[in-house]
Amino acid sequence: MEALFASAVGVLTAAGIFLILRRRTFPVILGLSLLTYAVNAFLFATGRLALNAPPVLNNYKEVAYTDPLPQALVLTAIVISFGMTAVIVMIALSAYLSSKTDHIDLPLAEEAGEDE
Amino acid sequence: MNHWIIAPIVLPAILAPFIIMVLRHHLDLQRVFSVAGSVGLLAIAATLLAQASTGEIQTYELGNWPAPFGIVLVLDRLSALMVGLTAMLALPVVLYAIGSGWDTRGQHFHALFQFQLMGVTGAFLTGDAFNLFVFFEVLLIASYGLMTHGGGAVRLKAGVQYVTFNLLGSTLFLFALGTLYAVTGTLNMADLAVRVAEIPPEDTALLRVGAVLLLLVFAIKAAVLPLHFWLPASYANAPLPVAALFAIMTKVGAYSILRVYTLIFGPDVATTEGLVGDWLLPAAMLTLAVGAIGILGARQIGRLAAFGAIASMGTLLIAVSLFTPEATAAALYYTAHSTFAAALLFLIADMVMERRGGAIIPQSPMAQTGLIASIFFVSAIAMAGMPPLSGFVGKLLVMDAARHVDHYATIWAVILGGSFVTIVGLARAGSLIFWKSHDPAYVQAEVVNEEPEEAPAPAAPEPYPGLAFASVFVLVAGLAALTIFAGPATKYTGGIAAQLFAPQDYITAVLKGEKE
Repeated sequence: MEALFASAVGVLTAAGIFLILRRRTFPVILGLSLLTYAVNAFLFATGRLALNAPPVLNNYKEVAYTDPLPQALVLTAIVISFGMTAVIVMIALSAYLSSKTDHIDLPLAEEAGEDE
Repeated sequence: MNHWIIAPIVLPAILAPFIIMVLRHHLDLQRVFSVAGSVGLLAIAATLLAQASTGEIQTYELGNWPAPFGIVLVLDRLSALMVGLTAMLALPVVLYAIGSGWDTRGQHFHALFQFQLMGVTGAFLTGDAFNLFVFFEVLLIASYGLMTHGGGAVRLKAGVQYVTFNLLGSTLFLFALGTLYAVTGTLNMADLAVRVAEIPPEDTALLRVGAVLLLLVFAIKAAVLPLHFWLPASYANAPLPVAALFAIMTKVGAYSILRVYTLIFGPDVATTEGLVGDWLLPAAMLTLAVGAIGILGARQIGRLAAFGAIASMGTLLIAVSLFTPEATAAALYYTAHSTFAAALLFLIADMVMERRGGAIIPQSPMAQTGLIASIFFVSAIAMAGMPPLSGFVGKLLVMDAARHVDHYATIWAVILGGSFVTIVGLARAGSLIFWKSHDPAYVQAEVVNEEPEEAPAPAAPEPYPGLAFASVFVLVAGLAALTIFAGPATKYTGGIAAQLFAPQDYITAVLKGEKE
């Protein structure tokens, strides 16, 4: 299970990074979403993977339990990344509507410099 | 418990929704409350500074949960100083935004401004690594709104880049925190420090990965060289008063580096020894070099100010990366200076931009050239680190602290060379904008080529120009005060450094000895 989980995180991250390096806004946002999925899964695994175990500490040493803290962290991370994705979609939409192009880079003339 | 500690977070957190929900259609009232909030924050910050100057480390346990289980806020000298700087910067910036009419060009400026203050002060006060992430997100999401305030195609495009880059940074932050949690099983900074010290050196491959990932995240925030790409385009295209407030945001990165790599992965921890300083020092020197060259090459005054901010971060991080008490004290003094100097440069850039467009070319003279030129001169002196202003004292302290280090000749050469290039770049920009504009022959020749493409912003006239100038003078006065009271200031930063390099006090204050 660990190998499957780890490779899933790896594939999601790789796909996310690949998409972020595209030049148009839509794939970049998709890439960011994939990356946040990857990091959420990763966070979930930081408390070790335990199947069919309750996320509560209990007194009996022989009963398995799963670490509850990463689940709380993942919840926070999901909410934040969801909100951020909504924000970037809105900003990207208004950028597209006002400039009529969804290329991610700034037009050189308007950037008023020879940077990068 | 001392409830003052949470006040700098609660005050803006209450004020911002109040401004959005109740004062939505009353710009005047929004202004009154926003200024009152900034004044209140200043008063709270002054109280905290006074409390922290005794050297006692106070904690605030949220929900009264004891330390490693609940989230704690920690007030020590460093966090008090940073909260104080935030408050001292916020007041002139909000006054300038009102005076220049920037807050009328879009909605919710003041609410976003207060949310931004909440995120920044929270990041400085928290003693929990995951909570630090949450406050980073608070300040970032407010900054997205502020950065695209006023709209416009180019600004929105720059906003998309800015948001993308910071979302990547946040993802990296989560990866780093996850790695650290997987190894240590805690996210409370004091508890992390205890656990990291206990782990035997041969089992720490993952821990080192986490430490370096975390450094990358903070380096993105602090705009250290290979990760600085987002800064010039974002800051130059943001509303420049907002960019002036963002001068404290790069400091959040520097603060986090200082906090994490003295407390958790301190100089005494064998597993990560030399890991951070060895990487950070060359990167910081390159940052300074690139910032200085960028000042020289900028064709637009907003970018000039942005590269000025990068260069000052370079100097600051050189001092941070030495990780000795003297160097840290110098770095903190320089932090205060560079916050004010960068903000001042951005505000001046905004004044120039509103009157004649941002291009660094000779054009016909603008209104109030003399006054603006003289303030630009002052801010250039501060930014370049020339006497008599505090930049000179700061650079002197940094170089003095670097005297006993192996590569001190290189460090000195980079700092002095960087200062020289900065002086040349600022002198070039100043003479092109302010002096050549009075030379009719020169202006005529240039106008034929350059005038049509640079249409000045169709801005409404400044409603209260006096207020805008007053807020700029407040920043100048701040720089002057920092120079005049350099003695007490360095004594205070020395105290901070001493506290930072004795992390045991912090750990016992947070964990209350429960670990023993």
